[in-house]
Amino acid sequence: MPDTHSPALRSNQPADAHAAVYRYDEFDKTFIFERVEQFRAQVERRIKGEITEEEFKPIRLMNGLYLQLHAYMLRVAVPYGMLSSTQVRRLARIARVYDKGYGHFTTRQNIQFNWPKLEDVPTILRELAEVDMHAIQTSGNCIRNVTTDQFCGAAADELVDPRVYAEILRQWSTMHPEFTYLPRKFKIAITGSPNDRAAVQVHDIGLIAKKDETTGRVGFTVYVGGGQGRTPYLAVKARDFVPVEEIIGYLEAILRVYNQLGRRDNIYKARIKITVNEMGADKFIGLIEEEYARLRRQKFHVDPAIVDAIQTHFAPPPWVELPAISDSFEAAKAADPAFARWTRSNLTEHKTRGYAIATISLKPIGGIPGDAEADQLETVADLADLYSFGEVRVTHEQNLVLAHVRQDDLYALWKALDAAGLGTANAGLISDIIACPGLDYCALANTRAIPVAQRIAERFADLDRQHDLGELKIKISGCINACGHHHVGHIGILGVDKKGEEFFQILLGGDAGTNAALGEIVGPGFDYDGIIDAVETVVNTFVKLRQPGEIFIQTLARTGHAPFKEALYARA
Amino acid sequence: MLVKAKGTQQSVAASRLLDGEAVWLGAGNIWVEDVAQAAVFDGAEAIAEALAFAKAEEKRQIVVDVYPLDVEITEAGTRPTHLRERLKGIGPTVRRDLGKQARQPAA
Repeated sequence: MPDTHSPALRSNQPADAHAAVYRYDEFDKTFIFERVEQFRAQVERRIKGEITEEEFKPIRLMNGLYLQLHAYMLRVAVPYGMLSSTQVRRLARIARVYDKGYGHFTTRQNIQFNWPKLEDVPTILRELAEVDMHAIQTSGNCIRNVTTDQFCGAAADELVDPRVYAEILRQWSTMHPEFTYLPRKFKIAITGSPNDRAAVQVHDIGLIAKKDETTGRVGFTVYVGGGQGRTPYLAVKARDFVPVEEIIGYLEAILRVYNQLGRRDNIYKARIKITVNEMGADKFIGLIEEEYARLRRQKFHVDPAIVDAIQTHFAPPPWVELPAISDSFEAAKAADPAFARWTRSNLTEHKTRGYAIATISLKPIGGIPGDAEADQLETVADLADLYSFGEVRVTHEQNLVLAHVRQDDLYALWKALDAAGLGTANAGLISDIIACPGLDYCALANTRAIPVAQRIAERFADLDRQHDLGELKIKISGCINACGHHHVGHIGILGVDKKGEEFFQILLGGDAGTNAALGEIVGPGFDYDGIIDAVETVVNTFVKLRQPGEIFIQTLARTGHAPFKEALYARA
Repeated sequence: MLVKAKGTQQSVAASRLLDGEAVWLGAGNIWVEDVAQAAVFDGAEAIAEALAFAKAEEKRQIVVDVYPLDVEITEAGTRPTHLRERLKGIGPTVRRDLGKQARQPAA
């Protein structure tokens, strides 16, 4: 075993004893095992013909099972992106035993398996249940898996640990009798710091932590009615401040209003964003406030004792006192330029002296964004045990994170990652692309998205060039459903079907961060070969126009779209 | 997104219930895994008859998600006219080691 600072590994505890995942009690365990056996019986009845596909489809979707282009697809929930190394190893086992040896991490911090057999799914779900995992709320018109900031509990700018409230929301929403059959799916995201790292303004409800400076109380700014898809909207602010103990009551009021007024007559108009914008934000917010005033507040008051109990699951790991600067870390950076480059893009400041947050890129040059082989998952689990308290996070940008790594350990960590194809120094750079599965897997897609991402990454393979360009987020969707978040890419790419051929529109100026913005289509689309040249034209235009220190989105904001449009279409 | 079949020559696609494998209705009403072997139905009456059989197969728990697709006849066999359906017949273009394409003997 390599040298480790893991206190668990040096004792008799499991290596992930300090991983900040919610560990199920007997009630939770009984519930998910019963749910597995219920689904097993439903699958058996379906295979025997006792229930039709029409009857079975909503049941399988409630258990995360879709039918895609080539096979079934099972989407497994990763609650707010948190995994223990034990859970990661179980995902690797499922990939290897029941699937084709890999999994795909999604923009909702979940993982998908693309090739399960129907008759194996109940057994897969049982294997998941053994490690406190399931596929509930990953599909259907319910409140989906709550997503959050991948740096929670480690970020220097955090006001409140969003995992605690994400877990409270999970417990509130799972099997909620009123909210199991909503007009449409419902997505909630939480960021625990004032800096949005969870794209909250393009969610049905987005929560951003806020401190009331006069009272010192902590709460959330509540946004409602955001979303992407064919009709994108940024969420509107419903309330500037809701104290943490009132957050469930306020969300209950929002969901009640939506459940009453959301359109069930037209699937394309059923999301809350449509209701908010058809009705007008002021009127909708007024209805929320009326409903909130009617609520029996005490019933929805978040009991501090419950908060404390849940908080114990997310207790900080046993960090140790360390010097602010690690000599070995500085020496490794000086000696190995490739490592130094990785530290510039893939490390984030930790709130505890001597530690760092490490982003593991699942975007190797030419690779499939978000895919991880079973062997790689096991490597990540092993490295998490050695260097990060047995804990792994999934990001909505389809990467992984080890949140608590000693600076002293970073060089060894990076070398091990690099050997496993996981050490690419590109987090936040042009090849760190979000791409939906597209027509390579998805039954709804119009075009492929993954090979477009791969070819862009290959075009910009030179990491020095990527680092010179700085932060630049490309997001690609293979259809208008926008699973690849193209509306909020600095450069967004949308695939469209043009008489049976793949065409790609470019959007510029989107932003999923604190200054959230929706991109605008810059002009006519490009064919499959032309889209890569077009992206490079946009990037080269930026390089010509940028002022010292500017990143792409800043240059675009200063110059407007005109010079980019001119560069793209001048030849036409 | 599923493209509505409008042509005079159509085949019938589905997914096998037990494993989700893409299949097409072949000669003699046998489900085949290779789209090149898909039966081609000419004209509205033949297409409707094939779809009726396929729908009955759905009720017998053999297949799910039955639909017609436009095709053309080539020297290599039946070929879907739309990209989506061609990809369904191959597998993911980004993983040539997976799907039906992985089972093809090397040329």
